[in-house]
Amino acid sequence: MNSKVQKLEEIIKHSATAEELAEIERLVKQAKSRGIGYGGKVFGDIQKVIDETGGKAGALIRVLQQAQGMIGYLPTPVIATISRDLKVPLSEVYGVISFYHFFSMKPKGKYVVQVCMGTSCYVKGGDKILDVLKRDWNLEPGGITADGRFSLEIVRCLGACGLSPVMAVGSDIHGRVKTGKLNDILDSYN
Amino acid sequence: MIKKLTSVAEMNKIYESARAAQATLEEQTQVKVHLGSCGIASGADKVLNAFNRELDILKLHQTTRDEKPGVIKIVIEKAACIGLCGIEPTVTVLVPGKEKAIYFSVDEAKVKRIVREHLLQGKPIQEWLLDLKAPRMALQETRVLHNQDLDPMEIEQYISRGGYLALARVLSQMKPEEVLEEIKKSTLRGRGGAGFATATKWGFVRSAVSSEKYVVCNGDEGDPGAYMNRAVLEGNPHSIVEGMAIGAYAIGNVKEGFAYIRAEYPLAIETLSHAVAQARAFGLLGKDILGTGFDFSIDIFPGAGAFVCGEETALLISIEGKRGNPHQRPPFPANVGGGLFGKPTTINNVETWSDVPQILLQGASWFTNVGNEKSKGTKTLCLVGKINNPGLVEVPLGIPLGKLVFDIGGGIPNGKKFKGALLGGPSGGVIPAEAINTCIDYESVAAQGAIMGSGGVVVMDENNCMVDIVKNSFLQFTSEESCGKCTPCRAGIPQMLAILDKISRGEAEMTDLDLLNQLAEMITATSLCGLGQTSPNPVISTLRHFREEYESHIIDKKCLAAICRHLFKSPCQHTCPVELDIPGYASLIKEANLLKLMH
Repeated sequence: MNSKVQKLEEIIKHSATAEELAEIERLVKQAKSRGIGYGGKVFGDIQKVIDETGGKAGALIRVLQQAQGMIGYLPTPVIATISRDLKVPLSEVYGVISFYHFFSMKPKGKYVVQVCMGTSCYVKGGDKILDVLKRDWNLEPGGITADGRFSLEIVRCLGACGLSPVMAVGSDIHGRVKTGKLNDILDSYN
Repeated sequence: MIKKLTSVAEMNKIYESARAAQATLEEQTQVKVHLGSCGIASGADKVLNAFNRELDILKLHQTTRDEKPGVIKIVIEKAACIGLCGIEPTVTVLVPGKEKAIYFSVDEAKVKRIVREHLLQGKPIQEWLLDLKAPRMALQETRVLHNQDLDPMEIEQYISRGGYLALARVLSQMKPEEVLEEIKKSTLRGRGGAGFATATKWGFVRSAVSSEKYVVCNGDEGDPGAYMNRAVLEGNPHSIVEGMAIGAYAIGNVKEGFAYIRAEYPLAIETLSHAVAQARAFGLLGKDILGTGFDFSIDIFPGAGAFVCGEETALLISIEGKRGNPHQRPPFPANVGGGLFGKPTTINNVETWSDVPQILLQGASWFTNVGNEKSKGTKTLCLVGKINNPGLVEVPLGIPLGKLVFDIGGGIPNGKKFKGALLGGPSGGVIPAEAINTCIDYESVAAQGAIMGSGGVVVMDENNCMVDIVKNSFLQFTSEESCGKCTPCRAGIPQMLAILDKISRGEAEMTDLDLLNQLAEMITATSLCGLGQTSPNPVISTLRHFREEYESHIIDKKCLAAICRHLFKSPCQHTCPVELDIPGYASLIKEANLLKLMH
């Protein structure tokens, strides 16, 4: 990996096309308006991560984590820029993104609902939570509600097994979820 | 402003002052709110706020050291999780000269009464208190978890308990060989899986010829049902930092360590990052630690969510920023060419690292004074599933399973029958109720066809169907998590899954069981890494202990736990001893068709 990373502006200037730039700006704006990602100076921040970790261990994964944290997901133009900047082939970047569950190339909901299907939660009926989400919210694993409010993921163990069955909405963990209370929990997120 | 410590003498001085500060603190009434991830999920932060609010109203806050006589001053503190996951939030109240009191299931309403009656009038509210003499607490031996009552964000509190003294002593008074010898004497074994002797592992890396070596902390705790590492990372992070520094010194030529922590544990990443930063500020990490010329730093690498990255070769390659595909061993990580960036590397579990400082501080003989013949020391276990007292416990190795489930765990809820306990997650197996006297140590657990793993104990009762659990909770999981590099794992696990699916639908034949067995043996024998090799364990183990359950699905088309829904219309009819058509019966009652009912 290249340890002497150029300034991002320069990279964009010579490697990102005008269309790509416009597209990235549009996507970031869209993400912001939907309340996902934390926005910020996306490229400035990504550049900071690259400067800090460029050439160091795991630069690619860290940069991707940062980028996803900012935009909420990893749109293609962003991936293309990161690939060029770190001098990692696009195919390899895609390989990493598709390998790890954490990364997503599709926009997620404003709140990501994670239903735990680890052994403890499964034993305690975590699958019933999924049934209700399907029935009342038309939400299936990997899916997103029409209004973009919630997207659903299945996770294997959030490490809160003492509270099984567990569901996370955004960064809040809800324990001992009863299917009857599920809709109230989700309604409290706007 | 923190002054960087530049000598062992300064370290000792700060220990004395930290201890004095802690002693002063202990002269006050202390309220400790336990803020682990589970506690916060149950509302512990609201409880903390409620205490602060309440004390503000009553003007009882400890603000200055010169308090007026006769006025009770109270210190509210944050502390780590003490493992009572089922009854969070928990609050410890320490009144000087009085016994420790732990309140459980505290909410904002309870806070008011606790402040007024216990803190002000000195009358503990007995009915809300946890019985500390009950087996749940009394049978535990807290060593790795001995700092859970401290604020993990405060390095001085860790130092006040003798933290970093082991590092100071090791660096100033011991040769690396002596450190290794002490670890060898302690017979410490890896706490993350197979129980490999830690000293041997370190010895391999030490003897590997290379000018650059690494130590790695495996915090990619992915086994469903296990979260003990999270609790240690969140509650005792400095013990890991100190342990890694000691390991680095013992191994030699190690300048850098990596802590790989799974992304699902944001609080753990935050706490450990904070601990590393504090240690650096104190001069306990970085260049020329305590003026001894020893350099060591720790970098935290957040995982990106892949179960296979708990496997050592996959974890290392993930730190390098690539897909976490495991590679063939040898070369082992300890060998030249096999470790991180091709350098010799030792990888230990969070708990193993956390055990190290205490072994050096208190001596190997202290460590070995609990445990049984081949497994010494303590182990943190997560008791979860169908159990009355779910939570995190630390017990001496060798405790019988029954004691764990019934004495500490309080037995099975709703008077249901204990069916078995799953140890070792998706790589482990089930210890059936018949083998309830099995001791929890590496060898005895393995003899039952399970593994110790990281220490998750998922308890199952008569209402759990083994076929269903193995299928939906384990093989489904391992088939999704298979990295796809080798064929036995990538293609074999889905085949086992398909057979189990057939069984759960009542479409299987008895020959399918043989096929399942064959597949299991083949996958075990030919897979590349631990994930594949151990993925058939739940199948093998349940076929061994619960074969009749598989047979009843195949021959009688019955799922006695009434879980496999393709086999029946309604659970009541399916398990009815006189095989009554209960749904039909109920609908006739609804129609009030008495004539038909008679028939």
